[in-house]
Amino acid sequence: MEKLVVIGAGMASGRLLEHLFDAAPGAFEVTLFNAEPRGNYNRIMLSPVLSGEKSYAEIVTHDDDWYAQHGVTCRFGERVVNIDRDRKIVVGENGEVPYDRLVIATGSDAFIIPCPGHDLPGVIAYRDLDDTNKMIDTCGKPGARAVVIGGGLLGLEAAAGLRLRGMDVTVLHLSGHLMERQLDAAAGYLLRADLERRGITVMTEASTKAVRGTDAVEAVELEDGTMLPADLVVMAVGIRPSVAVAKAAGLTVNRAINVDAQMRTSDDSIYAVGECVEFAGQLFGLVAPLYDQAKVLAATLLGDDAAFMPKQLSTKLKVTGCDLFSAGDFAEGPGREDIVFRDPARGIYKRLVIEDDRLVGAVMYGDTADGNWFFGLIKDETDISDMRESLIFGPAYQGGSSVDPMAAVAALPADAEICGCNGVCKGQIVEAIEGGATDLGAVRATTKASASCGTCTGLVEQVLAATLGDDFTLPTAQPVCGCTDLSHEDVRRLIKSQELKSQPAVWQELGWSTPNGCHVCRPAINYYLLADWPVEYKDDPQSRFVNERKHANIQKDGTFSVVPRMWGGITSASELRAIADVADKYDVPTVKVTGGQRIDLLGVKGEDLPAMWADLNAAGMVSGHAYSKGLRTVKTCVGTDHCRFGTQDSTGLGIRLEKYLWGSWTPHKVKLAVSGCPRNCAEATCKDVGIICVDSGFEVGVGGAAGMDLKETEPLVKVATEDEAVEWTVASIQLYREHAKYLDRAYKWVGKVGLDWVRETLSDDVERKALVERFDLSQTIYRTDPWAEHTPRESASRFAPLTDLTLEAAE
Amino acid sequence: MSWIDLGAIEDVPLRGARVVKTPVGCVALFRTAEAEVFATSNTCAHRNGPLSEGIVHDRKVTCPLHNWVWSLETGEAQGADEGQIATYPVMVENGRILIEGDSVRKRNAA
Repeated sequence: MEKLVVIGAGMASGRLLEHLFDAAPGAFEVTLFNAEPRGNYNRIMLSPVLSGEKSYAEIVTHDDDWYAQHGVTCRFGERVVNIDRDRKIVVGENGEVPYDRLVIATGSDAFIIPCPGHDLPGVIAYRDLDDTNKMIDTCGKPGARAVVIGGGLLGLEAAAGLRLRGMDVTVLHLSGHLMERQLDAAAGYLLRADLERRGITVMTEASTKAVRGTDAVEAVELEDGTMLPADLVVMAVGIRPSVAVAKAAGLTVNRAINVDAQMRTSDDSIYAVGECVEFAGQLFGLVAPLYDQAKVLAATLLGDDAAFMPKQLSTKLKVTGCDLFSAGDFAEGPGREDIVFRDPARGIYKRLVIEDDRLVGAVMYGDTADGNWFFGLIKDETDISDMRESLIFGPAYQGGSSVDPMAAVAALPADAEICGCNGVCKGQIVEAIEGGATDLGAVRATTKASASCGTCTGLVEQVLAATLGDDFTLPTAQPVCGCTDLSHEDVRRLIKSQELKSQPAVWQELGWSTPNGCHVCRPAINYYLLADWPVEYKDDPQSRFVNERKHANIQKDGTFSVVPRMWGGITSASELRAIADVADKYDVPTVKVTGGQRIDLLGVKGEDLPAMWADLNAAGMVSGHAYSKGLRTVKTCVGTDHCRFGTQDSTGLGIRLEKYLWGSWTPHKVKLAVSGCPRNCAEATCKDVGIICVDSGFEVGVGGAAGMDLKETEPLVKVATEDEAVEWTVASIQLYREHAKYLDRAYKWVGKVGLDWVRETLSDDVERKALVERFDLSQTIYRTDPWAEHTPRESASRFAPLTDLTLEAAE
Repeated sequence: MSWIDLGAIEDVPLRGARVVKTPVGCVALFRTAEAEVFATSNTCAHRNGPLSEGIVHDRKVTCPLHNWVWSLETGEAQGADEGQIATYPVMVENGRILIEGDSVRKRNAA
């Protein structure tokens, strides 16, 4: 009998032995090494064991009887020390075993992040039954907390299982969304929402700095300094083929053990199978190709012809209860088109990727019933041009149905707030409609919905249309862009009332028709999110116009202009000297004094920006935000300091306001001015907010403009003290930030909602102070100098070319 | 075909772009998804705007100067505008971005 030694009793080698014993019982005398002190079990089912849905006994594939019946000598719990190829002997910890043929099936090891504290007790991987048992033991401790590092399939399975056992679980993920290799951002958002509903905390873009603790794990520290208390840390950041033994034996090993299509290694009598194998540059982690390999290797060992061929793969992922499917190539390669379907009401997202009239990839969330049908189309490379229109609805709908444009509003729950001013929910509006209020006027009269600032009018009309059906003709509101049927006002309202806190959340819940918006909606949505959720939402530079991304104004020749801030238009000899120096140093062709009382350096090359900012920062100057939809300038006159007519310290008030407001983002640019007397030298009456100082106090006006339209400010309030003037100014800007449509200047917004409503809202002492508080909260995050955030070295990598191929060509 | 390594995929921001200087002029390298890149001329055919500074959405870019929208796949102007920009073959392999070398070499150099 031929002596066959197998190293590793995992799923691949288990399947191999089954094939061998089936096809040629008694052909081999088998010795099976396994480092784990047990035989082959279904590793994929460890998750149900962790969650308590299954026991270990239920997932055992080969028990002691099976091994005995097939005459397998089991050396479980024994590591292989080395392979002596000359003598054809495997050296185990407990002695040598000769072989005629050897199969290496060592699988893979979990990758442990080599951060400080990674070796503390309580830090584990999630690979085998021992890990699973350790997790289960920790769950027994009341109030135990787990941190799972890695938001891939394995990490999420671990998190879901631990949560089911009652642990407090946080998942840390390095990338922007979960399972970024298998899912796109929208599906990642739905998965996250599902997990959060189950009480799992998810932190994306979270980088682990260290594991802290003295005798055992106590906390995980993130790069940003956050400390997460933990009794258990599960590292699930990836796996690495386990190749140490093969490498030491001198076999050819690249990323894993190289094999040919017959699963033969570089040594004719040694074979390899499973996760430790590399074939044609590919590694294998899913069970289907491993079983294919096992079948091929069985044939090879028995002298039959067989060749391993990697196949197109689909993943139907089961993160206990979340339905996900991804197949084919949904992200990579040119020449492709997307079909996107979203049903916010049922939490469904589907995306198909088409190339040359063939389906090449599919991602689905929430409803994966048609997954195999789509997978079939991908595998068979079926020409789908005839069913393209209705393809996304699946096999049952060939022939078609159309998407309801009002789906997003129809999907809202009854307690979704529609009118923020008067606190009216969808349910109340529907009730009023059913009670006979069948037009906008009647709904307003009975519920007060949209009766105040009016920005929710579009939504109220949509509720009317959704409730009354054909009996109500929807007036055509201007949608944000081609990606949605909702207007800006509708989107703003829904972001607030539905607590949508990310762009994928908006795209999904409001039924966007494109994968990730367009140049019209992305900057608007980015603004709405950061204005409404300053703490939770993270500003997305890729959704900003170039000027706001480069902190400088792009000019028609692609150069930029740089404007440092001059608080209230006041500067000094040393600041002017520093400006003159950078103008010389960077060959600035044009230096101009602006209308906002500061100095513009025009014609700066993009790659010089970071160094120039650093020089201006060193001289004590910060960005003037002359490029932003945000606070630009506060223009002042010299007030009581020098002017014989001045009534108040207009310069001081201007500087105070500018230092208070700078860095804030607004729907459009915001310019202020403070004049020291009614002669109005600072031209305050054509600004977004203009203050005129008089003997008895301060006159605050809003809604002025001197651009495309020329408009005088309208008087908002007259107050006695400077503090009150500041409070009213800040509150009015916050009201504008919270309510206006993106790219509406303040005067346009005031024109829409009416000065009376603005004044009435701000006159409420409690509301006015609350507005200031919300502005202050936002400023804790945004009152920073964007120039100072770029060290010249770091930003060289963003502002300079990636590569210069002209240099190579010259050589 | 010869492929030239340009850098790691992470060096290009997601839904962003970087410039590559080549003998045929500046090429804009766009990253539209985790592992999806496109390369086109960096120069808008309308008024020479730097396309690498535009907003990237789906497989398109919008020029920052006058909002012309270009397909990154075909180089065709989208919507009502008409025009064409050059595109270059690129691919991602093992996390590296590669560009087809002949496409960015000067034609008359040989």
